[in-house]
Amino acid sequence: MEALYLLIPLSVLVVFIALWVFFRAMDGGQFDDLEGPAMRILQDDDSVQPETAQSQKNNEK
Amino acid sequence: MNTLFQTQAQAQAQVQAASLACFHCGLPVPAGSDWTVQIDGLVQPMCCPGCEAVALSIVENHLSDYYRSRQSLPAGVAALVPEGLKLYDAPELQAQFTGSDGGAEATLSVEGIRCSACVWLIEKRLSQIPGMQAANLNVATEKLQVRWDATQCKPSDILQAVREVGYVAYPFDPIQHGELLRKNARTLFKRLFVAGLSMMQVMMYAVPVYMAEAGSIEPDMEALMRWASLVLTAPAVFYSALPFFKGAWTDIKQGALGMDVPVALGVGAAFIGSTWATVTNHGDVYFDSVTMFVFLLLASRYLELRARRRAAASLENMQHALPDSAWLLKTYPANREATLIAAAQLQAGDVILSKPGEAIPADCVIIEGETSLDLSLLTGESQPQSKSVGAAIPGGAVNTRQAVILRVEKISKDSTLSSLIRLIERAGQGKPQIAQWADHVAAWFVTALLLFAAGVFAFWLWHDAARAWPIAIAVLVVSCPCALSLATPSALAAATDRLLRQGVLVVQPHVLETLHRASHIVFDKTGTLTAGKPQLHSLHLLGSMDEARALQIAAALEAGNAHPLSRALLEAALHRQDTDAVNPIKAEAIDYVQGRGIAAVINGKAYRIGSAAFVAELAGGDVKHASVAGVSEVFLGREAEWLACFELADVLKPDAQAAVNWFRAEGRQVILLSGDAPAITQQVAASLGMDQAQGGMLPEDKMAFVQRLQQQGAVVAMVGDGINDAAVLRAADVSFAMGSGAALAQSHADAVLLSGSLTSLLDAARAAQSCMRVIRQNLAWATLYNLVAIPAAALGLLQPWMAGVGMSLSSALVILNALRLQRLPKTSHRAV
Repeated sequence: MEALYLLIPLSVLVVFIALWVFFRAMDGGQFDDLEGPAMRILQDDDSVQPETAQSQKNNEK
Repeated sequence: MNTLFQTQAQAQAQVQAASLACFHCGLPVPAGSDWTVQIDGLVQPMCCPGCEAVALSIVENHLSDYYRSRQSLPAGVAALVPEGLKLYDAPELQAQFTGSDGGAEATLSVEGIRCSACVWLIEKRLSQIPGMQAANLNVATEKLQVRWDATQCKPSDILQAVREVGYVAYPFDPIQHGELLRKNARTLFKRLFVAGLSMMQVMMYAVPVYMAEAGSIEPDMEALMRWASLVLTAPAVFYSALPFFKGAWTDIKQGALGMDVPVALGVGAAFIGSTWATVTNHGDVYFDSVTMFVFLLLASRYLELRARRRAAASLENMQHALPDSAWLLKTYPANREATLIAAAQLQAGDVILSKPGEAIPADCVIIEGETSLDLSLLTGESQPQSKSVGAAIPGGAVNTRQAVILRVEKISKDSTLSSLIRLIERAGQGKPQIAQWADHVAAWFVTALLLFAAGVFAFWLWHDAARAWPIAIAVLVVSCPCALSLATPSALAAATDRLLRQGVLVVQPHVLETLHRASHIVFDKTGTLTAGKPQLHSLHLLGSMDEARALQIAAALEAGNAHPLSRALLEAALHRQDTDAVNPIKAEAIDYVQGRGIAAVINGKAYRIGSAAFVAELAGGDVKHASVAGVSEVFLGREAEWLACFELADVLKPDAQAAVNWFRAEGRQVILLSGDAPAITQQVAASLGMDQAQGGMLPEDKMAFVQRLQQQGAVVAMVGDGINDAAVLRAADVSFAMGSGAALAQSHADAVLLSGSLTSLLDAARAAQSCMRVIRQNLAWATLYNLVAIPAAALGLLQPWMAGVGMSLSSALVILNALRLQRLPKTSHRAV
């Protein structure tokens, strides 16, 4: 049970860290669009095609 | 992932199965056309040069992945109008984009986002522009955030690139109102999050204490948990609940008790009491109740804000309907060369060209050509309407068929749409009586509640001192003036928003309430129950000529005349199928005789059209025709022969009967007041089955009539055309004006029926009914809840946390109930 004397203050600290992270994310606009990122992640824009220079193009950036 | 691949495969199959469908947009490929693009080694058919250009641009930029992964076909390809985009390169316009450190930044609105492939396509295409630093498309708001190096590329390059891949982008100038609302939503969400997190964590410390048997938790441990709870509750109280404290302070300073006062008191008392208990290590703590209360209260506020934001979005749509550029025909009619100018530079009298698919930049009159226009944004009417030479067109209408030449009547700042927006903005201010009443009651309620809480506290202090504090807090928290205060405004806002989408603009806040109470519905005749302009009612042949030919000759004679009767004849000739449209008859030597008619020569023969006496001079003899009341007659004749008699009358609107029936079925008195001859007025009233009709009335008479009704205790709703009836509209308890063009700006009516149809009036009446029903439900619920919950809390049956849950749920229930009003009934017009 002695561990709780450490864990409880630690949990308070963790909450404040979580709040800090959340505020940064909010101010950075991460919650403005909750649909777009889900669409983006599924997009394979690195598929290799012989006739186009797709992969090369991506490497340039 | 599996389902995704399936849908992709389906989309592919769908695209390929229709072998003669355009590979890009899916529309059928016209027979005999030859537009193709090679995509991934296969030659694919295209339906038009537009799709071809878009597809080619996609392939050339190595973006053909788009076709492999798209799940839905794109919206119709936007016309490529590169010239229009160049306007954005003007230094003064570019200045608005420039950010700090030399880089330029802009927010663009993008239309037509359908699926993830769209997002990918646009962002990829933009990242290929030299100098582009960042491009981020927000799917929820359809806003594209771009940052670029101003020395390497121009705004038009960006807009052009977006158009190349088949989407429409235009600069989005942040409307202050919308921006403010977004900022509010962001802050509120932060407060909500903080309260939520601290609620959950405080609960972690509270639950073990509730669950454990007395004495099984070491006092040291309990003290530690209390201190931890205190630290975590502090942000919820000092950050999340800040608006309540501020609101309460403002209320107290103004001497009016609003709903923030008991909330602030409840939160403050519980927090201070718990803090004291923690510091002195004696007594109960209610940190869990405090955080939960704050969280739930904020959650219901967030719901309300979301609802308001939706309403603001409809307004935002309207503000974007006016285009920012126009095609000016400088030297019309000598030369038809069009130059592109910014819409703000248009002057009254300018001649402009409107292309299909474009919005009309200002209020105009057609001077050449005919087309269909989509007025849905302005009137809620979803069917495109045909308009020809001479028709007035409000700015913001969308040209849907073919190019027309227009003369600007008013600059775009003064256009119908702009005055509409101003009216709507004005409409947002002011509170209806019922809301004022609810506020008033809420203020009394709060005062009574505070006294009651103090009384309860005193009683328990004497009876059982240990329980006095939690019970007083429970009473403060459980009582819900929020539900009482929210009940009315939330319902009214939702109903008003719905009506706007149905083409009814509610200007005065009391409209819905009064319309619902109205006992007498008074209609004006001309322009309200009737179309307001004559139409060809019947045609009597008097000579040897057939109907089609007679109408055609009449139209030729009247061709250049702007008189309403002439326009009616022209319109009738235009809509007849059997007239010879290929070889229109040309009248020569046209002579207008003021007040009598027109004489002209057609194919060497003299014709006259006009009054019987005027035509008799040429045709000779008397006409064998009996005249009918309420009908204007126009005669046509040539030398020694009467040809035809056209009977023109102002016909009833198709929905007039339904409107009258509905109000009668509701038990309202339906009355017709008109300036027209009593005989006609009686006839119209009888055919519609109205209760009472008075003809031959001057505006003063109408006003006196309405005032007499009001003295007898009637609540009068007046429906008029808005201009001639200004006085009587003001006298009535609630007034509706038929809204169109010029009438709008000077309208004194409480509400404007933008579509000019009586169906909208029914929509308004139905909305008023359901709105009042919802308000009654809300108020009944709030009253019932308070009657049950407050005594329960006072008797000590409720823990403070239960009180918090109950109160918040009751607020949420009220808001959700109000939101039902925002839905459009299924049978009505579509949403804008």
